[in-house]
Amino acid sequence: MNALTTRISAGSRARSARRRSGTITRVVVLGAIAIAFISPIIFMIVTSFKTRADATAIPPAWIPNPISVQAFASILAPGTATPVLQWFANSMVAAALNATLVVVTASLAAYPLARMQFRGKNFVFVIIVATLLVPPVILVIPNYLIVSELGWLNSLVAIIIPTAASAFGVFFMRQFFVGLPIELEEAARLDGANRFVIFMQVVLPLAKPALATLALLAFLGNWNDFLWPVYVLFSPEIQTLPAGLSTLQSANAVRYDLLMAGAVVASVPVLALFIFLQRFIIEGVSRSGVKG
Amino acid sequence: MSTKVGERALPMGRARRPSASDPESQKNRGVRAGTRRQGIATPWLFLAPYLLLFGSFVVLPAVLGVWISLHSWDYTLPNKPFVGLDNYVALFSPGSTVFGPFWGSMRATGIFTVLSVPLLLIVPLAVALLMSRKFPGRDFLRAIYFAPYVLGVAVISVLWRYLLDNNIGLVNHYLGLLGLPDDTAWTTTTPAAWVALVGVTVWWTLGFNAVIYLAGLQDIPIELYEAARVDGAGPWMQFLHVTIPGLKPILSFITIITLLASANMFGQSYLMTQGGPGRETRTAIYQIADAGLRNFQMGSAAAMSYVLTVFLMAISAFVFYIFREKQPKKLKKEVRS
Repeated sequence: MNALTTRISAGSRARSARRRSGTITRVVVLGAIAIAFISPIIFMIVTSFKTRADATAIPPAWIPNPISVQAFASILAPGTATPVLQWFANSMVAAALNATLVVVTASLAAYPLARMQFRGKNFVFVIIVATLLVPPVILVIPNYLIVSELGWLNSLVAIIIPTAASAFGVFFMRQFFVGLPIELEEAARLDGANRFVIFMQVVLPLAKPALATLALLAFLGNWNDFLWPVYVLFSPEIQTLPAGLSTLQSANAVRYDLLMAGAVVASVPVLALFIFLQRFIIEGVSRSGVKG
Repeated sequence: MSTKVGERALPMGRARRPSASDPESQKNRGVRAGTRRQGIATPWLFLAPYLLLFGSFVVLPAVLGVWISLHSWDYTLPNKPFVGLDNYVALFSPGSTVFGPFWGSMRATGIFTVLSVPLLLIVPLAVALLMSRKFPGRDFLRAIYFAPYVLGVAVISVLWRYLLDNNIGLVNHYLGLLGLPDDTAWTTTTPAAWVALVGVTVWWTLGFNAVIYLAGLQDIPIELYEAARVDGAGPWMQFLHVTIPGLKPILSFITIITLLASANMFGQSYLMTQGGPGRETRTAIYQIADAGLRNFQMGSAAAMSYVLTVFLMAISAFVFYIFREKQPKKLKKEVRS
């Protein structure tokens, strides 16, 4: 993208003057849209610090007065029918374990698909990639039965394991491995290292950015997953945050102070990850599209 | 698991310093060395953990679903008699109890898809075009557009139900200040509910599509634009004859993932409108999940999911067909002309 801009700026002077005013318009338009885009999120955070009455006051205030942590205190208190703190812990555990499982299984599976010749390789790869186009809905009903057979209904295991079969992860890691220079692996092999040692000690260290991206995307996906937890988790203390928000909403239809506090609790970890690791996430998404 | 992989693969590394006479290294010389020489079991040991998950929770359910759909499968009843294609026949018989709810939900999914997909293809492209040239703060703006997407459907739906509340919501308040009607019941009447569901979804996922477009725009060689300019093409002609053809592979990708995502809409409707008013915004996924996992009519719900899938596959195939090849030739020709 740098090459693109440098070449553009190497254009004629007259055009660049016109372009500078174009850039200003562009930044103003994009800035205005950006403000409109971010303001609902800001208002969510603002409302979570309002009192019950202020949360529904007209006109709506953009600065809470007084600043109240009552909503948080109320939803985070132990022993309620909507144990938000427990949901937070559940979501953390589920998303972390799910992301770990995705990264481990997908990178292991992707390596031979990128670097080894063996019978059945193309078949396996085509089947895996083909499932990317299969609508997940056809898996929901039968997976419910499978999970029920395994005794995982109403347990976090149901949120952690079935969704870890990430076809996207295998595809994503394979593309990355294919793009790595092969010389280091060859050198390690001449030194007598076996495939697994090469994978662990040569390939994985090079793949850290891709592994981090995949882990982040898997974590976000699991943290935000909604339909599956809503149906396979029933007990209040076993919910994840998105499923819990649904419970919170039906229990407190117009207690918007509580709902916004719950929504903020559900957003803080993913927003923090996004703010600090934005590059990995956005790069991961844009690379997923450039598969050609 | 990991030690086992190591042990099994170990004997394959036996040729420490391959000599020219070693038949194995002979074989390697012509071939890309990195893709050769391992035991038959080695690749499968790498694949095993993933394939175990993939087989259990993707392949098995895909097959099991067909089996379920051929039975009168009520999760709560001991007997699940084989009924052949009855579940499918019922879905296509106007007199049956499942006909109305199912096709009503397919209609809702259709309305949502038809309204949201064009917006989700065009608006993010416009944003990506505005952002395709570097300027100060570009990465920051890109992050802001993307931010709603990381929040997840539950958060954004609960948030927007608040903002769209017809009495105390921000949206109606500001519409009132602009002199527009300030009492629209965004979540309980149609067509307002469709505007709300589509608008919220566009807000939520615009950044995702824009980021993919942006990557695609940066892959278009700048020379094509220069050549077009030399030939006297204005911005609009450049867009039509350079940008659009250059984006074609990305366009087909975005069209398909957006179509599939819209056709799988569930959370927004579940949390913002509860499928209402009546069942009007109850989407196919909502109907399938509820029929199968709330009312445990799993045979019928599985049949519904296959009917929906056939629709989606047909649409995806159609999109592939529209975008298929011919762009390389066209691209060159149009730039020259």
